Amino acid sequence: MTTSIGSRRPWSDVAGFAASWARRNTWTIGLFGLLIVFLAITKLIQPNYGAPGIQGLAISILPIAFAAVAQAIVVIAGGIDLSVGPMMALASVTSAVLMKGQDDLFGVWVVIGVLLLGLLVGAINGGLVVITKVPDIVVTLAMSFVWAGTALLILNTPGGGAAPWIMAIISGPVGNPWVPKALIVLGVIVAIVWLPLRRSTLGLSFYAIGSHRLAAFRSGIAVGPTKIAAYALTGFFSALGGLALTATGGVGAPVPGSYTLQSVAAIVLGGVSLAGGRGGVLGPIIAVMVLALVRTDLFFIGVDPNWSTAVQGAILIGVVMFGSLVAMRKVRA
Amino acid sequence: MTTSLATRPAESRLRRIVRDQPLIPLVILFVGLVALLEFAKPGIVSGNWVATTVRSAIPLAILAACQTLAMLTGGIDLSVGAVASMAAFLMATLATGQGPVVAILIAFAAATIAGLVTGIGIGVFKVHPLIMTLGMSLVILGLMSVYQLLMVREGTLIPDQIQWLGSGISFGFVPNNLVVFVPVALLIVVGLRRSGYGRLLFAIGDNPIAARLAGTRIWQVHVALYILSAVLAAVAGILIAGVNNTATVSLVEQSVLPSVAAAVIGGTSILGGRGGYAGTIVGALILTVVTTLLTVLEMPEAVRQVLFGVIIVAVAAAYTRVTGET
Repeated sequence: MTTSIGSRRPWSDVAGFAASWARRNTWTIGLFGLLIVFLAITKLIQPNYGAPGIQGLAISILPIAFAAVAQAIVVIAGGIDLSVGPMMALASVTSAVLMKGQDDLFGVWVVIGVLLLGLLVGAINGGLVVITKVPDIVVTLAMSFVWAGTALLILNTPGGGAAPWIMAIISGPVGNPWVPKALIVLGVIVAIVWLPLRRSTLGLSFYAIGSHRLAAFRSGIAVGPTKIAAYALTGFFSALGGLALTATGGVGAPVPGSYTLQSVAAIVLGGVSLAGGRGGVLGPIIAVMVLALVRTDLFFIGVDPNWSTAVQGAILIGVVMFGSLVAMRKVRA
Repeated sequence: MTTSLATRPAESRLRRIVRDQPLIPLVILFVGLVALLEFAKPGIVSGNWVATTVRSAIPLAILAACQTLAMLTGGIDLSVGAVASMAAFLMATLATGQGPVVAILIAFAAATIAGLVTGIGIGVFKVHPLIMTLGMSLVILGLMSVYQLLMVREGTLIPDQIQWLGSGISFGFVPNNLVVFVPVALLIVVGLRRSGYGRLLFAIGDNPIAARLAGTRIWQVHVALYILSAVLAAVAGILIAGVNNTATVSLVEQSVLPSVAAAVIGGTSILGGRGGYAGTIVGALILTVVTTLLTVLEMPEAVRQVLFGVIIVAVAAAYTRVTGET
């Protein structure tokens, strides 16, 4: 990857680079500020909120964080995948059924196999979108039935088991009690897969076909294969989310829950434009944390947990309305 | 796809039929499915079968009406499940204390407010319909969960009239919910074709910029659309409560995706500007018959879901292929 855009940037100008990064990522920085504000609020409400709380938070957000990354990639490439939740369920039950009662080495092979399965399942979604030319939302909506049904065929009720190492890998801290393993796992995996990709031709092509399909096509990008690759990657991260579900729960979960909808909410809050071509994966991950903290705070101040769903929806709507108001102001000015 | 010149005329005629009269192939598909069902279990198709099929297709068809209207403008309404459940649950909890009429009125009022908020979000604040309706369904679900805890002592009651309307069958083959459905369907089918408002929906979906330049106040159309959609969802929710003789805060949630599927199968484009309600009704009937067929064949729920998804993709792909729309 010697021809990537990144290597041509004058790295000596670190300050200038930081400034331009900050300009391009205002939304993410704002979100990060919001995250810190909420952490401070949490500490104020519950003075003994500390390292264990942070660890619990990191573990609980792991599946949904992977789902958000998965959704972000496909939306950046101009699509949307409503089958993220069912794909997670499929990965979760497959891993749980295969891992139950097996030794650790076999567990490693299971993880690799499930990730490949995720790539395949995602590629099928993408292939159908490209070949049938049916709108993404319809295809993935229909495929969400298919994957949910397949997951139920594999495992009808929650069951199976997780290899002990996969559970150990995400629980507890690394060195300092303030650094939860789950967060490191999330960061490392996302960094290994997404950062090089983003700088590669393929990653740039995702942004290109997402922001202007025709222009991308005329610049010589193979739009179809690129889109399939984006969907495959979404399947890959959904599979990671499914593995995280198995690891956090210890069993396979055949019913996907509301992960699809939560992933869409997270990417919108995270600054990924639903129109495609804009955003990254860091914003959605921070958005997931903020949403989780809001729920924690509501719990701490004694609000009925049932309110948290309503508050989450209101935040989603409110933030998006705010965003579009800002955009409208800009257009007028 | 090597199309020789000789096959061209026949193919283009097929194309024209599917594009202009999507009802014809849909009805053929429907009849074929019914024939398949009769073949799979001889004697199942009877007056009573027709009544139960129509009865269970009607709430789905009303929910799919919400999707059809929203999809014509290029939107989608994922809040129908939450709004319908809310209406059903409000009616069921208030019926004991307030009486059925007041309970139903309150249910409709709540749905109207929900639709108004959705419409303002989409029309005025230009929030993407997918996000707005998704957010609204979270808000409604959360509020209803809180409300459920407040009303836990009240218990639920489905008024007798609603039970009669939702689940009753007259003369052995006429489901009573046709009383509600026939006027609703006529209003939508005729309204889409003949009224100015119906044409505005098509216009906005086809080309929003052209519609705006032609003087359409798009935000008003959107607000009216989503209020209408919420009221229709409330009707469906109350009917479903009548069928099941119970109401919970997530009663209708599982019908949201099938309602989108029914509209898609019925030939309404999710991109906007093309479609109609007659096709959607047949789409809802097709989905209901497919469900029965898979039950008769003793397929487990999981296989049913898989086939459901495959059918939707196949039908949608056939549409795009034949009409040549991208």
